[in-house]
Amino acid sequence: MHELSIAASIVESVTESAAAYPGARVKEVRLRVGALASVVEDSLQFCWELATEGSPLAGAALVIHILPVILHCDACGVDTEIAGVQSFRCPKCGQLAADLRQGRELEIESIEIDEPDLVLPDPVEEQV
Amino acid sequence: MTTRIVELRRGILKKNDELAAGLRNRFTSAGVLVLNLVSSPGTGKTAFLERTLRELRARGAQAAALVGDLETDNDARRLAASGAPVRQINTHGICHLDAEMIARHLEGWEGVSLAGLNYLFIENVGNLVCPSSYDLGERIRVALLSVTEGEDKPLKYPGLFNSADAAVITKIDISEPCGFDRELALHNINEIRPGIRIFETSAKTGAGMDAWLAYLAEQAKPS
Repeated sequence: MHELSIAASIVESVTESAAAYPGARVKEVRLRVGALASVVEDSLQFCWELATEGSPLAGAALVIHILPVILHCDACGVDTEIAGVQSFRCPKCGQLAADLRQGRELEIESIEIDEPDLVLPDPVEEQV
Repeated sequence: MTTRIVELRRGILKKNDELAAGLRNRFTSAGVLVLNLVSSPGTGKTAFLERTLRELRARGAQAAALVGDLETDNDARRLAASGAPVRQINTHGICHLDAEMIARHLEGWEGVSLAGLNYLFIENVGNLVCPSSYDLGERIRVALLSVTEGEDKPLKYPGLFNSADAAVITKIDISEPCGFDRELALHNINEIRPGIRIFETSAKTGAGMDAWLAYLAEQAKPS
């Protein structure tokens, strides 16, 4: 149950980054999470709500993109995605492969924000 | 309103990773080999570590340990019986150690200087999930599994076993009454972490400890 610590780290990081856009509201936070990152999606969603409650991020959606494991096979010389995380073998030749090229990611990919438009007096609009 | 997407591409545990990288530099320049021991509660990390510390000291090596638990200093007191300096880290409910806790407990550790050590062991909180995400600056992550736990533990916790650099099977003195299928356990570890070094040990009888200590000595050699 370290999802609460992870949710708190995301809140801290996003709040820091969003500060560069004064007045903006964060609508969505997109994550890239590897299948081996030991993060439970439901649990993280639950903790996200708790961690954002009462903060400027309250109501922002958390979108979790799970990345499958990709192994590099020395014998075949290629990177291949494996199904599941129960056997680290090259799907092509069946050799065990220890060289992990994807699957441990735990990162914030991007945030979607709503920025207030600059308010300029517009006489044309007033006539409408 | 204008909607905009801002690319961040930022590690969620970036702060921990940066702290851990700093610790790793400190450990490397001090010439101390740091190991992070991870397993479920009850695998026998403390008994294994106690024996390791005792045998290292008997061989004239300088070894110390930081030991993580939610509460109590029982493990630190057990380990201190080996004669090695030991410091308890109580996480008060947190299910893993992080780099900040390690940095904080290295400060003001009476009688211990990193440069004076050959080995520093970090016994993590008993948990096979959460510690896998937190780099502590260690050079070797050791996953432990006891013969009482079932041969499929590596398959159930692939995140942790796949992140390990070495695996230790503990309590092999009772593998027979436990009906432990050794071949299957070795197979499962190897399916999840191909090529990993595996040590089969008993802290009680000392079986397998020589191979483990030889591995430590080999890893501690300046490269």
